[in-house]
Amino acid sequence: MILETRGIGKTFGSVLALRDVSMGVTAGQVTCVLGDNGAGKSTLIKILSGVHRHDAGMLLVDGAEVGFASPREALDRGIATVYQDLAMIPLMSVWRNFFLGSEPRRGLAFDVAKARRVAREELRAMGIDIRDVDQPVGTLSGGERQSVAIARAVYFGARVLILDEPTSALGVKQAGVVLRYIARARDRGLGVVFITHNPHHAYPVGDRFLLLNRGTSLGEYAKGEITTQELTALMSGGAELEELAHELERE
Amino acid sequence: MTGAQVRTDDRTADVGAVRRLLIRPELGAVVGMVAVFAFFASQSPVFRSPAGIANWLDPAATLGIMAVAVALLMIGGEFDLSAGVLTGTSGLILVTLATRFGFNVWAAMLAGLVVALAVGFANGMVVTRTRLPSFIVTLGTFLMLQGINLGVTKAITGTVQVGGLRRADGFEGAAAVFAGTIEIGGTSFRVAILWWVVVTAVATWVLMRSRVGNWIFAVGGNEQAARNVGVPAARTKIALFMTTAFAAWLVGSIMALRYTSVQANIGIGQEFIYIIAAVIGGCLLTGGYGSAVGAAIGAVIFGMADKGIVFLGWDADWFKFFLGAMLLLATLANRLVRRYAEEVRH
Ligand SMILES: Nc1ncnc2c1ncn2[C@@H]1O[C@H](COP(=O)(O)OP(=O)(O)OP(=O)(O)O)[C@@H](O)[C@H]1O
Ligand SMILES: [Mg+2]
Repeated sequence: MILETRGIGKTFGSVLALRDVSMGVTAGQVTCVLGDNGAGKSTLIKILSGVHRHDAGMLLVDGAEVGFASPREALDRGIATVYQDLAMIPLMSVWRNFFLGSEPRRGLAFDVAKARRVAREELRAMGIDIRDVDQPVGTLSGGERQSVAIARAVYFGARVLILDEPTSALGVKQAGVVLRYIARARDRGLGVVFITHNPHHAYPVGDRFLLLNRGTSLGEYAKGEITTQELTALMSGGAELEELAHELERE
Repeated sequence: MTGAQVRTDDRTADVGAVRRLLIRPELGAVVGMVAVFAFFASQSPVFRSPAGIANWLDPAATLGIMAVAVALLMIGGEFDLSAGVLTGTSGLILVTLATRFGFNVWAAMLAGLVVALAVGFANGMVVTRTRLPSFIVTLGTFLMLQGINLGVTKAITGTVQVGGLRRADGFEGAAAVFAGTIEIGGTSFRVAILWWVVVTAVATWVLMRSRVGNWIFAVGGNEQAARNVGVPAARTKIALFMTTAFAAWLVGSIMALRYTSVQANIGIGQEFIYIIAAVIGGCLLTGGYGSAVGAAIGAVIFGMADKGIVFLGWDADWFKFFLGAMLLLATLANRLVRRYAEEVRH
């Protein structure tokens, strides 16, 4: 178990965002976190990635308790996160985004030539076909952007990759592309935390499923223990949720 | 522009080199500079003569130093309304210490630099700590400095200016470095032009070829996203405020050494001119986009119009009209560029 929470909790003022949630992430496996809007998914992963500090329970990395003071500390422990809404900086080029915060140096300078070359090579290695790494990230499609973010995390030696609803804004085809990169990251030995409210996206790639509802855990299940139908039913109002998911997909 | 709308499948249409050139932030400014030059040069032989060029490059230089620093700050997503008055504060400190307290000019300059950097640091700290808009924070600094400049000057001299720098120790050397002239082909150019070129070159290198440059674009483009990938956002912004303050010190010192006296109200109103030059040069008011060269070119346009209108014998009031028109045109052009560059998923 690379990353683990035990009975973790978080309140924002009077809002109880998360209560007594336990989960684990293993190398080469995908842990899916499922839940309706406002269930606390983003809050949970923000704790895992060092954005928020939990105020109950324990957070463990490699079995030892930790408290991250910043996302940088989490990154230094190999925990990389691709955020739901703020994955990249739209006006900056693909290669500048790719190396943002970890720019390769040559002397005092940012090794621009290396950054361009490596970004192109890494994207190609992940099977991402971007014709021009100089184009602003804002001109990429949503799926391409998520894929670039995943490739970046893999390149920088992430051991755990956390993805907050990478498929929620995407159509069926693009969601499929992103799911494929998730599988590829998993095959390269990363532990993946995949947040989604769509069981149909979670089930094909997931190994374990954590269900959240109004900030509490409905349990963590291995793939053999549960079917897509059961997953859907467990999340409050399965039919409603599917409707919601489709609604969101059209954004 | 319509080319961007053509999308096949889930990919952008191939854009090619032309588009990449089109989305350079300084493109509009270059076009503007050529047009303005062509206009004045065709009307006035003096304007296009070496002496004329030296003449309009001078205001371009002092404005340009500030515009370039302000452009970096704007790319980083912040404003500094205190930059103009700070040139006055730096100059006043220099002249006051050198003429009333027996400081050597170099030591007085050093003292001015320390104060300027401290003001920049304070601006940056308040903005990053409180998350208040820098527009408000630096407006406060602007008013406070304005009050201090006048209040302290009056208290010490009984008037609203300090002068007599020429008699101070070390004046000759400092004046040669910051306020002298260089002969090129029989025409003397102000040395400030050289400082401006150096500042622009350094700023461009930092923006395009250093890690800090990447951080500047990032904190202006999306500060939260930048912080999430480990960019030291607060430090970057504080450094940018200190850079603006440094530029204000440089310009304030150049002016003080050139005229050997400083008015206590100098620099007031200039802060918007810096921002205008940066915007004409392609900086977005919303941050995350722009260029140092663009801001320098914005300053050239400003210098050409400032002097060109005089060469043509027009009323100087037309300069304001011209400035307004340029600003509007530039902002419209920038918005198109931004849409073009940002073209988000459909
Ligand atoms: N910074 C915050 N301050 C106050 N309340 C917050 C904050 N962040 C989250 N919350 C609250 O915590 C609850 C859980 O929010 P969270 O963002 O974790 O949900 P989510 O499962 O990610 O939902 P979605 O599917 O819409 O992304 C919500 O009620 C939300 O309003
Ligand atoms: Mg969320």
